[in-house]
Amino acid sequence: MASIKYDHVWKRFGDVTVLKNLDLDIADGEFLVLVGPSGCGKSTALRCLAGLEEITEGRIFIGDRDVTDVPPKDRDIAMVFQSYALYPHMSVYDNMAFGLKLRRVPKAEIDRRVKEAAEMLSIGHLLDRKPKALSGGQRQRVALGRAIVRDPAVFLMDEPLSNLDAKLRVQTRAEISKLHQRLKTTFIYVTHDQTEAMTMGSRIAVMRDGILQQIDTPQNLYDHPANMFVAGFIGSPAMNFFEARLERTDGGVSVVVGKEFVLPVPASKLDHVSSHIGKTVYFGIRPEDLHDAHFVPRGVDERAKVRAAVNVVEPMGSEIYAYVENSGKEFIGRFDPRSSARTGHTMEVVFDMEKMHIFDRETEKALT
Amino acid sequence: MTTTTLATPRRRRRFRFGTFMVYVVMIIITLFWITPTVGLLVSSFRPADDVKTSGWWTVVINPDKARFTLDNYRTVLGLPIPGRSSPTGSSRVGMDVALINTLTVALPSTIIPILIAAFAAYGFAWIDFPGRRALFILVVAMLVVPLQISLVPILRDYVALQLGGTYLGVWLAHTGFGLPLAVYLLYNYISTIPRDLFESAFLDGATHFTIFTRLILPLSTPALASFAIFQFLWTWNDLLVALVFLGAEPRVQVVTQRLLGLLGQFGQEWHLLTAGAFISMIVPLIVFFSLQRFFVRGLMAGSVKG
Repeated sequence: MASIKYDHVWKRFGDVTVLKNLDLDIADGEFLVLVGPSGCGKSTALRCLAGLEEITEGRIFIGDRDVTDVPPKDRDIAMVFQSYALYPHMSVYDNMAFGLKLRRVPKAEIDRRVKEAAEMLSIGHLLDRKPKALSGGQRQRVALGRAIVRDPAVFLMDEPLSNLDAKLRVQTRAEISKLHQRLKTTFIYVTHDQTEAMTMGSRIAVMRDGILQQIDTPQNLYDHPANMFVAGFIGSPAMNFFEARLERTDGGVSVVVGKEFVLPVPASKLDHVSSHIGKTVYFGIRPEDLHDAHFVPRGVDERAKVRAAVNVVEPMGSEIYAYVENSGKEFIGRFDPRSSARTGHTMEVVFDMEKMHIFDRETEKALT
Repeated sequence: MTTTTLATPRRRRRFRFGTFMVYVVMIIITLFWITPTVGLLVSSFRPADDVKTSGWWTVVINPDKARFTLDNYRTVLGLPIPGRSSPTGSSRVGMDVALINTLTVALPSTIIPILIAAFAAYGFAWIDFPGRRALFILVVAMLVVPLQISLVPILRDYVALQLGGTYLGVWLAHTGFGLPLAVYLLYNYISTIPRDLFESAFLDGATHFTIFTRLILPLSTPALASFAIFQFLWTWNDLLVALVFLGAEPRVQVVTQRLLGLLGQFGQEWHLLTAGAFISMIVPLIVFFSLQRFFVRGLMAGSVKG
């Protein structure tokens, strides 16, 4: 049980700077997900906390203790690796007991803890097996068990699900969440998969090129992305972006993407964008905030309407993904399954402008 | 459908013919290869007079006239021969002593370099220290130094250190000559062990030493076994290093020296050589077959997802 603090942490490998001034406070018992594209420094951030990499500048605290110069074994952490890193010549039992044996925990205590963890993960019947006799999912559980028996202050997980097939991944995802609720320990979880991040994290930290972009709860991150990168990274299919001008039109302000692509800004958003009227900005809207004009949900203003050519239709069963085009800009919408969108035809698309996002063209920071 | 039913037997016939040819060629090569050894084996069981007057193949051509005896082996091992007085003193062949001497040389000369090289290979592969690369290159570069050119300088040092003619001296010499290859082989193996394993062990609280003893050594058995076989065969069959550093006194003679002695000054006793040669082959064969089972592929299977 411990909080964690990254205090202005820098990490350089030769000329390459991997972490740039990382400042992060993680509360005790929190499930924090570090997410970002590959090479964004999320794994390095985790490895620095584990002590597997020395940091170049800054301090790292676990609880009140400055662990910057503490060796990995004394940091009271356990880590689950992407590759599981099980000891191939040891049985499952010995794999789980190894860390405790090295710490000279009494034998009876080791036995109790290993059996308890094995029970929790339902791998009790596998304790005598060698890792090579296990399936991917079972190995993954052993790796988790090895971390649990240590009863650490912090669990670190480096993409633990990326080697599992899709079905097992969803199942294990839920199990790790349950484990967190049960153990009530601080979890730090690294992934490149935004779905994992959204479903598991109590808070998500989005990273890019070694810089922390935004840290917030999943819903806030989704609804109020701080910049274009976060907006584009979180959510699937990704948010649509358009280069547009904010122009004063009769009776208000409009987002002008093209000649036939003019959308009125709702009154509630006027204050946010007033500084950029007359300027070019990026306009963003999520696919689910576009509606087929025939099936507009109640409460959505139908005036922000655009006629668009349908390029591709992907029926998903519960909804339809349609790639549509206007003024040479293609964008994607998630429409009601009853929608009449047909490839090669045109359709009317309603934009729910209450959900729009406007980003500064230079800084790419959100205005709304 | 018709094409497949027609094509299948034809393909199978061609495949069978190919396999047949492979077997024929392999059998011919094997026969060529083992004929001299078979000749040696047959000769070792023939009486001295027969060996000197006719070739070993006469046993095959005229099986009814063939005579066999174990006297050659008895003589070589210093066992009493029925109807003859046991040899004593200088007439004794002393292969038994030579075998023990050779084991005394070969076993430590195999184990010591493996231990040192495994430590060194681990250090070179996984411990970051300044000059690591340069040192490693230096060690590997020593692979190209022929040991013959270092004999005289080392012998002079040994004389100064009073190591000449001692087993310790031979062990150290064999160790030194074997180390570059050992370090190189083991480094190549140990450096392929996934990094995650070490890091996981570090987090589990292991020191470099525990990682070495609990992870590296058990996981490196295939590499250790293959080097052990190389080094053992090399030290077992070595004549030069033992002759230079141990000397040629009968008390310390190794098998190869003894075999050379058996041949006699004019090669007149080569019936004994045949028996001696076979005795000297037994131990390497035992070593080879007992270590061979460690060459199990996929020892790393299950540690990390590939």
